[in-house]
This record gives sequence, structure tokens and C-alpha cells, in this order.
Amino acid sequence: MAQPPPDPHFVLRGTGAAVHALHFSCGGGEPDIPVLFSGSENGFIHVWNLKTHRVDAALDGHGRKSVCGLKTMDGKERLLSQGRDQRICLWDLAEGRTSVTDSVFTENVGFCRCSLLKVAEGRWLMATAAKALEEVQVLELPSKTSVCTLKPEVGAKLGMPMCLKLWQGSCGSQPSLLAGYEDGSVLLWNLSTGKVLSQLICHQEPVMSLDFDSEKAKGISGSSEKVLSIWSLNEQQNLQVQKTHRLVNAGISDITIRPDKKILATAGWDHRIRIFGWKKLKPLAVLDYHTATVHSVSFSDHKSPSDRLLAAGAKDHRISIWLIYTQT
Amino acid sequence: MAAALESALQAAGAGPCPGAEAVGAVRAALAAAGDPAALGERERARLGAFLRNLAAGPEEPAGPWRSLFLESPPDLAFCALTDSLAAPRPGWRLPAVPEVLEQFLRQGRLAALICELCQQHSRPGSVERHDALLGRIVCLPDLVGNGLQGRSPAAFFPQRYFPVLGGAVLQVLHNVSASLRGGLDCSVSFISHILGKVCVHGRQKEILSVLVPHLTDLTKSDCIWQRICWRLVECVPDRWMEAVVLGFVQRAPGADVLSRLLGNLVVKNKKAQFVVTQKMLLLQYGYTTAVLQNLLGYLALDGLRRALLIKVLQELLETWSSSSAVKHSPLEQQQYISKAILICLSHLKEPEIESCRQELLTSMMEGVKCHLDSSLPQIRRLGMIVAESISSKINTDGPVLTFQYEEDDEARELKSLLVQAAPLGVLPGLPDNENENADAALPPVLESNRKSTTATTHVMPDEESDAELDSDDDLIPYDMSEDKELKKTKAPVYIRDCIEVLTGSEDLDKWEEAVKALESLVRKNPVAAREVSVELAKILLHLEEKTCLEGFAELRQKAQVAVLTTDPIPVAQYLTSQFYSLNYSLRQRMDILDVLVLAARELSCPKGHGKTKHSGAQNPCIQFLPESGSSKDWRRIVDERIKSKTRRFAKGQSQVEQPSGPNEFNSLAGHFFFPLIQNFDRPLSTFDLLGEDHFVLGRLVHTLAVLMYLAVNTMAVTAMGKALLEFVWALRFHTDSYVRQGLLSCVSSILLSVPAERLLQDVTEELLETRSWLEDVVEKDPDGDCRRLALQNLLLMENLKKKLETAPS
Repeated sequence: MAQPPPDPHFVLRGTGAAVHALHFSCGGGEPDIPVLFSGSENGFIHVWNLKTHRVDAALDGHGRKSVCGLKTMDGKERLLSQGRDQRICLWDLAEGRTSVTDSVFTENVGFCRCSLLKVAEGRWLMATAAKALEEVQVLELPSKTSVCTLKPEVGAKLGMPMCLKLWQGSCGSQPSLLAGYEDGSVLLWNLSTGKVLSQLICHQEPVMSLDFDSEKAKGISGSSEKVLSIWSLNEQQNLQVQKTHRLVNAGISDITIRPDKKILATAGWDHRIRIFGWKKLKPLAVLDYHTATVHSVSFSDHKSPSDRLLAAGAKDHRISIWLIYTQT
Repeated sequence: MAAALESALQAAGAGPCPGAEAVGAVRAALAAAGDPAALGERERARLGAFLRNLAAGPEEPAGPWRSLFLESPPDLAFCALTDSLAAPRPGWRLPAVPEVLEQFLRQGRLAALICELCQQHSRPGSVERHDALLGRIVCLPDLVGNGLQGRSPAAFFPQRYFPVLGGAVLQVLHNVSASLRGGLDCSVSFISHILGKVCVHGRQKEILSVLVPHLTDLTKSDCIWQRICWRLVECVPDRWMEAVVLGFVQRAPGADVLSRLLGNLVVKNKKAQFVVTQKMLLLQYGYTTAVLQNLLGYLALDGLRRALLIKVLQELLETWSSSSAVKHSPLEQQQYISKAILICLSHLKEPEIESCRQELLTSMMEGVKCHLDSSLPQIRRLGMIVAESISSKINTDGPVLTFQYEEDDEARELKSLLVQAAPLGVLPGLPDNENENADAALPPVLESNRKSTTATTHVMPDEESDAELDSDDDLIPYDMSEDKELKKTKAPVYIRDCIEVLTGSEDLDKWEEAVKALESLVRKNPVAAREVSVELAKILLHLEEKTCLEGFAELRQKAQVAVLTTDPIPVAQYLTSQFYSLNYSLRQRMDILDVLVLAARELSCPKGHGKTKHSGAQNPCIQFLPESGSSKDWRRIVDERIKSKTRRFAKGQSQVEQPSGPNEFNSLAGHFFFPLIQNFDRPLSTFDLLGEDHFVLGRLVHTLAVLMYLAVNTMAVTAMGKALLEFVWALRFHTDSYVRQGLLSCVSSILLSVPAERLLQDVTEELLETRSWLEDVVEKDPDGDCRRLALQNLLLMENLKKKLETAPS
């Protein structure tokens, strides 16, 4: 008989609204306190101290509109937050400051989270959905200069971009963008030419989330249907479906592969977090704690593997923190 | 010269035992005479008498007498030798004569003999001689065997002799070809006679396995050889034509070869035409698909013959679309005819189809109707496939018929017949066509194939071990059994809530939950369920699928079974009365039957007693697949029961001890059984069991068989058995084989369930009648399953008889 699934390591309460975005920043050395950023539907960003499990600060920068994406740029001092007020803000949190230093007005009304990729020291690329319905814009940060705008061919009928993932192969190679669209297809964009390299229709419904493992050139996507789709990128830069996994209940709102590429977690509309082995997509655990849709899952970037946490934020205002498969 | 021979023969005298000097003198004179064919009548007669005396003499002649038989004219020598075989007397002849005959064969004298006979065809009085020699040539193995009392040498076994004869025939044909090229007229009619007689004696395989490959090669580009071949088959007398044509059709490696060998035989010869267009297609059905392809391909290859092809197709379609043929002919024949139709269609060209489109359409409509009417799934599918094919052929641009059926190997094979119109001549040779070249070429190919397969199997494990390295095995999964479908609404807790939701609610989620919960609710609260049992049964019987709920039919059925087992008498009364009432669909009526059977099984099963649920799942030997509802499941269940039972009878008491408990079915069997058997012969306006609804009748009969079986050891069993025997008797000549199969299952159930003493005391006469009917079925029924079941029944009866004999009362 298999062991029963574990309970949450601890639970963070008090956001006061549904949690939509989570981001860990635990990579610092010993004096540094590991923190978890959480973005809520009421527009607040909470900074959770993972030692005391209390809120260190609550940031209000999106005009009480839901916060849907959080990223850090080099440590926990510089935070990037994306809100439904169509703005992406850059926060300076060093030495107790809580001010917005810069912001980008995306004019996009969708739910698509932005994607951030560090391409060089002090240089980042950020992909966001643009004002026009089907377009994706890639900006360079911190200069905010536009790198390219990715427009699908006329008549492609992809719908809105739903999720984005910027990635770069081994060092020096060109960064590319994977984007999941409303019609269920995943596109691979070449950022330098602005052209589609490959298109894969892997779902019947909008692609809600995707993650990509650039080492294995293999990715996974989830949609509002009952299926997870695993696809790979071959040497000819073609995306191919490798296998599909059928879920018990429909709807996946977020997928994250753990940084060590061993396991992945999905956030389900059925209130459950599912853990799979990444190599074969072997189902490992179903974590049933939340009482409403889980919106976001995130793995911590702790240096020591045994401390690595999994956080899940849900519509029931709670953030559950789990310690799972840390020994491997 | 002839005079010298004559004087030598005279000197040898007519005595019974010529001396060595006489033999020597005759040999020398023969050698001097030169061509033995030039001998005059008188010399021939004398020489013949001399040889006969030599072979029939009381003791072995001295000197080189054997050579004399090889040197003298072959017909005389052959006659003398076979004469002495035919009148056997013990003595020296027993081993010696066959030895001489063997030498005679080995030195090619047989070819010389046939050759000579061919050339003398026009001589007066030759007919009788020919017939006598023909008989001896063809029946030589029998003659030798009879003469030696079965101890004939290997060379005279039919398997050895007929290929030799085939070789001799070929040799003669070569001579014929040479003399034709030399401008001489030649007759092959004697060879045709040999061929015909050999074939009619059933030795097609031996002789044609030599002739066909060689003739195939020779006729490839030589029109003289082709004409010889055509002439050869045309000269075969009508009484042997069938055997020869059958042999060629079965052994030719392809339609084009057949066409070269036979020419336009079917157009010229009525008998051959009958064999090819009627007998092989409509009267017989044992040939392989390759033979069919040969035959129809042959018809399609020549303009004169194509008219026959169309005629054949029309006749085939007539049979295919005749409802009587569909009902009464065995499945194998129907498959054969379907194949032939498909092959015909593949050969037809656009203008030909155009000319008979209307007829094709008419037969297709009729045929598809009577096939879909059949209660055997294989026949229904056969009809669908053929109809689809015809429709796709006649409507090249319009809409075509499409059916839904299971795509298995058989369906694919049938469909492949329709597309391969072109590959004439590339057909692989038949397996029993012993072409040495092909055989010699085969083994290396096979070997390389084998190598490549082993190579691939070697690769596989490598890949797998690679995969194992890359697996998630180090991660041990947690228990995931709680990962169930998320329910939007809560399942109802009370049966009355369920009823409310099922009858009135518009909330589809609630409705789904109620359907899912009902069975367990009924089982949990039998008391509450009994209060509303009939109402519940009514609701469930009329329940229709509102949403596309997975496994709806199964859920509903389980709930129905639960209701019926909880409150059996009123619900069984309700269901059985509804089976015969107005305005139900066939599906609902069959549901009633299914539910009755499942409930009866649950009640009669000892494990079903008490609070144990789902007894069905615990019964290991029988699987019920109520959803598919195909006839096979029913039959299989009954068969398995019979089989297990039969074995037990033979072995005695050896079954595993089963948990015991009171049989709940005891008091209920009658309530399940009798209402069902009562009204079958009263047609309603919407439901006519004895008429077109014979499929439901088949299900009813099977249901009765299962109920009867389950009623074993109950009080009512004898009365039930009696009623059922009468029922079987009334329906025994039903045209539908599915119904007949059910009836035979009923008989098995009766034999197994009713105690033997009661059987003999109460229903002796019925039993005897049934027995004679069973014997009839075993012999005459066109359906193989029926014959098998009837045989099993007879065995059961035998066992019963034995049992009674061994245990005298």
C-alpha cells in the first residue's frame, strides 16, 4: 500500500483575496531571509518571510486590480509584477524601500503572464502579450526598448496568446519564445527573425500554461481539457507531441517544472496539485488541500535541495507550502 | 527382315515356356527388323503372343528376357506385363514382373507407348484397344497393388507414379510440338483422355504439379504450345472435364497463366462453363480466395469471357440478395459468395458497370435489407461490407453508403479484394504448387527474414534498458486512490430524492448524480426500496439518457438489477408483464430480459446471500457484458456453463467446494420464468415475436435457457422443464439460426437442471421427440454452431443415460 500523500508543510493565510501569482526568492546566502512573493486578486503583493511565516510587507501598486505575474531580477531586491491594470511594474525593495521605479504599459487586457529571461549581466528580455489581440511583444529590460513584435500570419486564427516561455539553449545560442494560444496550439518563435519556427496543435482548448526544459528540449502544456500534452523539439526545430496524459478532472491553470528537472507540479481547477516525474511523466502524488481552484504553483530556488519548497496559491485565499520529493 | 522375325517366332513356338535360345533369336531378329513400328499385323500378333507366354509361363525363362520387353513395341510389352499382373498366380512372376515394369517406366517406354497410341488414333478398331490401354496406364498403381496384394514397390505408389506419368505426357507433348513444327498433323486426344482419367481418379495434384509449371513456362511466348495446351483441355471428354478444370484452376499460379493454359475453353465447352460459372461459385464454397481470384481473373481477361463475368456477377448477386439464401445457407458459403462478388466488382470496368447499374442497385438494396435483418452479427457485417463496396462502385461521384462496423482482419481482407484489381500474374503461387525453383529460392529469403526479425528483437531490450536508466523509478508515488472525479453537486442520500430528481428535475448534474447513486442506495436501504420498488422499476425502465453520461446503460442496468433483487416478486411481475405489453422499443424489451437474467443469477448464487454486494463480480468463471449485448456473450455464457458441466459429469464429483447458503431463487424461479413463456405466440400491433422481431425472440429463448439453468435444485424446476420442452418443440423449425441456437441451449439447460429421474418419469415422450430432433439437427442444420450444440446435447443425454444405468434405483 502506497503511503498517503503528505499534508502541507505549512499554510500562509491572510492575503484576503484569491492568490494568482507566486514567486520564491531564496537563493541568497545565510544572512538572507528566504521570501515568497504572492500576488492577489485585490492588487496587493505580499512579501512572506519564510522563517517566521509572516507577511513582511504588502505592496499596493496595481490600483486594486489583480496581480497575475511576479518575477525577480537578480535577487529579491528588484521585483517585477504584472497586473490586470495593464501595467508591469519594477519595484525597488532594497533596504526596506517599497517603491515602483519603473513601469511598462502593455495595453493588453488578457490573462497572459509575462516571461522573463536573463540574457546577459544586467540585461533581460521580457515577453508580454501586446495590445493587438494576437501579438506578442518582446522588450529588453531595463532599457524597455522593443526587440521584436511577433505577429502570426494573417488568417492563422490562433486567438490570444495565453502563456509564454522565453528560453535559451546552451549559452550563446539565440533566445526563443514558446507561446501557447487560445486555439490550443503551441508556437515556437525565432526572436531574431520574428518568424514561426514550428507550430504544434496539442490541445482542443486554449493552452492555459506551459513549461519547457531546454536541456532535454522537451516541454509540457496544459489546457482547460483533461489532457496534459508532452512535446519535444527536434533538431530541425520541429515540435512533436511525445505523449499525452489523461487527467481525472479537466482544467490546468499552471504548470511548473522544478529547477532540477526531476518533477513537475500542476495547479488544477479541481482544487488539487498533481506531482509527476518529469522523465516519464509518472504520476507521483495528488495533493488535496485547497477548497477552490489552484491558480499558481511555484518551486523555490533554495541552494540546498532538502529545503526546496513547493508553493501553491488558490482561489480559497490560501497559500500552501509543501515539502515533497526533497531527498532525491 | 520381317520374315526373319517371323521365322524366329515360329521357331520359338507357341509353347508355354520359351527357352533362352528362342529369346535370343527373337531379340536379334527384332534388332534386325529396325523400327518396331513398321511391323506388320501378323508379326505384331505373334510377337504379342510370344511376350504373353513369356510373362505368363510357369517358370522364369532363362537368358536376357527382360531386355526383350524393353526392346519390343511398347504397347505389346505393356499389355503382356499388365496381363500377367491381372491374372496373378504364385511363382517367379511376383517380384520380377514389377521390376520389369519399373525398368519400363524408367527407360521412358511409357512416353513411347503414349506417343505410339497418339499416332495410331485413326486406325480402325483402335478405339477399344485405346480404352483398354488407357485404363491400364491410369490404373497401373492399382493393378500392381492388387497383383502384389498390397506389397507394391515404392515406384508404383500413386505419389511417385503420377508425376512420372506427367513427365511422360510432357515428353509426348514435346514430340507433338516438334512434329507440328515439322508440318505434320498430330492428335493429342489420347493425352487428353489420360489427363481426364487421372484427374477424375483424384490425382490432379500429382500430375498437374508436374504439368502446370512446365506448361506455364512453355506457353509464355510460344503460340504453338498455347494451341497444344488449349487443344489438350478441349479434347478432354465431358465426363472428365470437371475434374480437369478444377485441377487447373486450383493449381495455376495466376489468372493470366490460367488464361494461357485454358484458352477460351469456357466459351467452347458447355460442361466447363457450367463448372466455372456455376459449380465452383454457387454450389461449392471450399476454395481459397486465391482460387477465386484465379477463376474470376481468368474470366475477366478476354473479351469473349467478360460477358460470362457479368453474368456470373448477376447470379452471385441474385444469391446474395435472396433472403432465403441468407437465412438458410451456412456462414462460410455467404462469406465465399461475398468474396466472389467483391472480386467480380474489382474486375468490372466503368462502361460495364454503367450497363448494369440499375440491376446492381436493385440487388444491393434487397441484399442489404435481408442481411441487416439477420440476427447473426457476422452476416450483418458481411452485408454492410458488400453493400458499401457495390455502392462505391456504382456511385463514383454521388454519395455512397457507409456503415459502422468493427474493422477487423476479416473486414480488411474483404475490402482489400475490392481494390487489387490490377495485380494479375503477380499472385503468389499456391502453397501446394511444387515449383522446385520457387522452393529452392525460398529458404534463403526466409532465413534473412528470420535474421532481420531476430535483429530487431535484439534491439528492443537495448532500448528498454536505456529507457530504464531514464525512468522516474527512484521517485516512489504516494497513494493516489483518492483522486476521483470532482463532483459539482452532492449525490442524493435518499431513494425518494432520487425518484424526484429522475422524474422531474431539470438539473442535469443532479440527474447524473442520482443515476450514479441509485444502485448503492437501493442496496443499502432494502426496506425503503421495497416501499417504492415497482415505481422505481417503472422509472428505470423508461429512463432515457439525458446527458452523455459515461456508462449510462450499465448504471441503469445495475440499478434495475438491484431493485429486482431487493423486491423480486412484484418487480418481476411488473417487468415480465411489460415485456409483452404495447409501445415498448425492442431495446427496452431486451433490457427487461437482461435484467431478469442478471437478477436471477445474483439471487441463485450462494455468495449473493446476505449483505454481500455485487455477486456478479465475484463469480470468476462467467463474465457478463450486458452493454455490448451481442449474441456471442449469451452463447458463450451458456456454452461455458455446458462445457464446465459436461466435464464434471465425466470426471465425477471433483469441483471446488463452494460457499453454501439458501438458494434465494428457489421460491422465485417461477415468477421469473412462467410469465415470459406464456405469451410469445400472441402478436401485438407493435411487437410480433414470431414474425419480424425474431431477434428479440432469440434473446428471449436464450434468457429462458439461462433462467432454466439457474433454476437447478429449485422446486419448480420440473414444471419449468416441461413447459420449456414444449416451447422448444413449438419453435424447433425456426428459420433464424440464432433462435435455434437458443433452443438448443434451452435443451442443454433442461438436461442439466432437471433431475434425471424426473426427466424420465415426467417428460419421457417429449425427451424422445427432442432426441430425434437433435439427431436431425446434427446432420442437417446449415449452421455449424447449431450442429455443435446439438451434438453436445446428445452427449449430455448419453451421459444421463449412463448415469441412470450405473445407479439403479
